[in-house]
Amino acid sequence: MKRIQNKLSENNKLLSIYFTAGYPKLDDTVEILQLLEKDGVDMIEIGLPFSDPLADGPTIQESSQVALKNGMTTEILFQQLKDIRKMVSIPLLIMGYFNPVLQFGVENFCKKCAEVGIDGLILPDLPLAEYEEHYAEIFKKYDLLNIFLITPQTSEERIRMIDTASEGFIYMVSSASVTGSSSGFGVSQQEYFKRVESLQLKNPQIVGFGINNSGTFQRATKHAKGAIIGSAFIKMLSEKGLAGISSFIKSIR
Amino acid sequence: MINTQYSNMNYNVNEKGYYGEFGGAYIPEMLYPNVEELRQNYLKVMAEESFQKEFHQLLKDYVGRPTPLYFAKRLSEKYNTKIYLKREDLCHTGAHKVNNTIGQILMAKRLGKTRIIAETGAGQHGVATATVCALMGLECIVFMGEVDIKRQAPNVARMKMLGAKVVPATSGSKTLKDATNEAIRDWINNPVDTHYIIGSVVGPHPYPDMVARFQSVISEEIKTQLKEKEGRENPDFVVACVGGGSNAAGAFYHYLDKPEVGIIAVEAAGKGIDTGESASTSVLGKVGIIHGSKTLLMQTADGQITEPYSISAGLDYPGVGPMHANLFASGRGEFISITDDEAMEAGLKLCKLEGIIPAIESSHALAIFENRKFKKNDVVVVNLSGRGDKDLDIYVNYFKL
Repeated sequence: MKRIQNKLSENNKLLSIYFTAGYPKLDDTVEILQLLEKDGVDMIEIGLPFSDPLADGPTIQESSQVALKNGMTTEILFQQLKDIRKMVSIPLLIMGYFNPVLQFGVENFCKKCAEVGIDGLILPDLPLAEYEEHYAEIFKKYDLLNIFLITPQTSEERIRMIDTASEGFIYMVSSASVTGSSSGFGVSQQEYFKRVESLQLKNPQIVGFGINNSGTFQRATKHAKGAIIGSAFIKMLSEKGLAGISSFIKSIR
Repeated sequence: MINTQYSNMNYNVNEKGYYGEFGGAYIPEMLYPNVEELRQNYLKVMAEESFQKEFHQLLKDYVGRPTPLYFAKRLSEKYNTKIYLKREDLCHTGAHKVNNTIGQILMAKRLGKTRIIAETGAGQHGVATATVCALMGLECIVFMGEVDIKRQAPNVARMKMLGAKVVPATSGSKTLKDATNEAIRDWINNPVDTHYIIGSVVGPHPYPDMVARFQSVISEEIKTQLKEKEGRENPDFVVACVGGGSNAAGAFYHYLDKPEVGIIAVEAAGKGIDTGESASTSVLGKVGIIHGSKTLLMQTADGQITEPYSISAGLDYPGVGPMHANLFASGRGEFISITDDEAMEAGLKLCKLEGIIPAIESSHALAIFENRKFKKNDVVVVNLSGRGDKDLDIYVNYFKL
């Protein structure tokens, strides 16, 4: 199963969507996944909600709080995803913070991911060094890709280190900010995207943070393989519910 | 009593940023450049002669150090042992917190930072940060839970008088944990010009070690002062309250590797350990990640961080610093939990017996003497981490004075 790699080898720019599992309703997860695939989304990050999401702005914080109040847990998420591969075939990743994974047991978590057909994990607060020393073998054993982040402040030396440690893609954080900021995509960001593009890394880059419409999607993907929309999608969900998904995705491209 | 079991162990941080299995830097990549810059520079900067000179000069002339080591005669008679109080309550701004903020503001200046952020619970660390920012002419933003802003109005007023901007944290439970989250988010959003002054021995490496080193002046002074008074540097026991654990880290620091010194950490049991309203992390916590550090923390089975409770806002934190988690797990430290009621009684007792109004945090440390017995000739040093001015309303309402 090389769903992520296969998708990355396609010629088009990839649109990826992040949403918080258990939001707006506890049992919306599967339906959201199906709708997103139907509307032509290329890849999905399923957010495992956490009580203290350090890297997230107000929108994802609130959706996480609601999801937890709705009763979302790691166990319930895996139950919801039990038959997902009978319904959805695009790459699926779980994105979350490390503590819930640690409490579930890292190996147990990876095993469950493999069972339900998750292709990769994005755990922003699991640092590179810790991952390589303690967890890389477990991830490999279950054929899970671990996706690392880079930011405009990441040095070239460290970008190359992360590229070496990565398989799949690199999550390129668009600006120095938490999620959901609307800093736009100005000259400095274009320069940063170009600078990273010119490094000729072995992994393609997918841009996240600050993408909220067709314009920012176009600009983000000019020098990158794809882009991830999170907060803007969740905002739309809180306003229009699942019925708004189709027109939202179509408005992006 | 000499406990040789520990004599070959090291309770300080190792080169990877761990105390035993606790510590590390579990941070998103957005924070990596800042934390790494600090990690690469903090020991070097602290070792500079000009830094040491400025730090100690300010501690002496501005903070008012050394703080006295006071033999509490009437308290000692009551509990039939020799009790000394390390008077951190006499520091400028009213608590030990300023030792760390002086150190970190000097660090920030040497790293070329122009904007300072901090989190605060009760407001003591916020006041200490606002104070040093005023002293150095740096911009200061303090994040404080919306709930705490209401509870601790006098300290909010102090911060404002000192020129700080107080930003309410409105996420989650709107208390210290959330204020810390907001400060971290601000640091992510301002990665170049900003230094984050963490107020306790928590957060990603190197913060726990850096803060412990700045606070270690407490035990450094105890050694000298006790030598004068008792003819020996080492007490039989050193006692301190632990929320995140910065005053305790400072009081324990130079005794960590002295097995003949008993280390007693006092946590807040709140309304009782099993009531669901407690902050006894050593009893209720499990290993996990909070604010960038692997440590003991209170959480659900699913790994969601839970809300602690204590009458004392300074002990109301769901984790402990990794140094303390290791002292607990290794058995080097003796951990005692004290309820709200026990702490309040002990606070009032100190007022009546010694004429000192302690912060409720420090009252927890004083409360152990009711049940934890010591020998007549034992020398027990209690770190009196702060003064009770900020808590007068709570004392007055509790005792209906």
